[in-house]
Amino acid sequence: MQRIEAEIKEKCRKLLQDGTVDRVIGWTGGLFDYDTAPQVFTAETLDNMVYTEYCGANLSKYLAAETKKDGRILALLKPCDTYSFNQLLLENRIRREHVYVLGVPCGGMKDENGQLLKCSTCKGNEWKAADDTVAADLKVPEAGDRFELIDRLNAMTSAERFSFWREELSKCIRCNACRNVCPACTCIKCVFDNAASGVASKANTDTFEENMFHIIRAFHVAGRCTDCGECSRVCPQGIPLHLLNRKFIKEINELYGEYQAGEAADSRPPLADFTKEDAEPGVVYERGGHA
Amino acid sequence: MQIEEKNQEEFRPKIVAFCCNWCSYAGADLAGSSRASYPADVKIIRVPCSCRVNPLFILRAFERGADGVILAGCHPGDCHYSTGNYYARRRMTMLFSMLDFLGVEKERTRVEWISAAEGAKFSATMNEFVQTVKSLGPNRKLRDLRCRE
Repeated sequence: MQRIEAEIKEKCRKLLQDGTVDRVIGWTGGLFDYDTAPQVFTAETLDNMVYTEYCGANLSKYLAAETKKDGRILALLKPCDTYSFNQLLLENRIRREHVYVLGVPCGGMKDENGQLLKCSTCKGNEWKAADDTVAADLKVPEAGDRFELIDRLNAMTSAERFSFWREELSKCIRCNACRNVCPACTCIKCVFDNAASGVASKANTDTFEENMFHIIRAFHVAGRCTDCGECSRVCPQGIPLHLLNRKFIKEINELYGEYQAGEAADSRPPLADFTKEDAEPGVVYERGGHA
Repeated sequence: MQIEEKNQEEFRPKIVAFCCNWCSYAGADLAGSSRASYPADVKIIRVPCSCRVNPLFILRAFERGADGVILAGCHPGDCHYSTGNYYARRRMTMLFSMLDFLGVEKERTRVEWISAAEGAKFSATMNEFVQTVKSLGPNRKLRDLRCRE
């Protein structure tokens, strides 16, 4: 990993010197090994950059704001981050000419609690968009079945599912971290930033509000979510939010054909598309089986 | 005394019906002019197209006390704007699957395609939907207590 870090820094320094890029977005270290955080570096501060097995954060979202600025930014993207990058390109949220993508190799990331959840369903070691890459011989973690838990939940009765989600979602403190970190959530004005809605705050009673927030959050990224797992990673309450997104991914795959958001920068998101033979909405009730 | 009286009252569900301006709203009109009856519990909200209905509208309706929400639009292929209801169909499929995933009763939401010539279908659908929601009882899972009067 140290050799890779040195190589990345070397490449960044060279590109900064010859004026190809003006800034670099990468990760900075902290007090402990696992205290890494995204940061924008210049030639003077580049020495603070780190690349370790704790650099799980997906940097592509920051590019939506960073590429609006003058100059060119170099982005360090792991293979799975390039999916989000492609999706943002597709939605015209990133100005491609303002980014230089340096693909960095990844052998699975972890945090203080062990391997990251997104790495248990690794998308592989292939960059879907990159101007240059740093090659390395890292072995990616073995990918498990990402729909296993969804299938288990689907097999429950509806009352069991309701209590499962009530328990999980009532932990929500409405910190909006899941929304802020999500590379698909790039609206300039978010529907939840409406003080007049009367439900912008956290209710201390047993209500549907947090369910609604999470349904809508997941719905707004349905068909665009690359399953990067950042929402669950940042949740301070440990809510398995990625399950909601995966439920949509599974439904889309089953009803409208297999689709991996961000795999190609010229695909058409399934919810912005239709066929005349689509299933009727009642189909989910007929298939559901369990009352 | 008052409380007892209230308990004895029959449960009248609050039903919100989103009807597209070009087909289902005209269908409701036809139901009226051809004297086909449907329960007064159904409150119609006219929308320009079924795809105008944001999933948030449906959840908000539930949150603020609706017991059932039905979305009615033109038959696929007959949309006034050519393709609106095709998009609505995908969206609503996704929303319903999510509601089902979260353990909400599936009978409370529905999509029906009702054309301007189907007054009888409008009345039959609404009668049946109100009966279904009535048998489910008041919506408790989807309410937001802060929205209660």
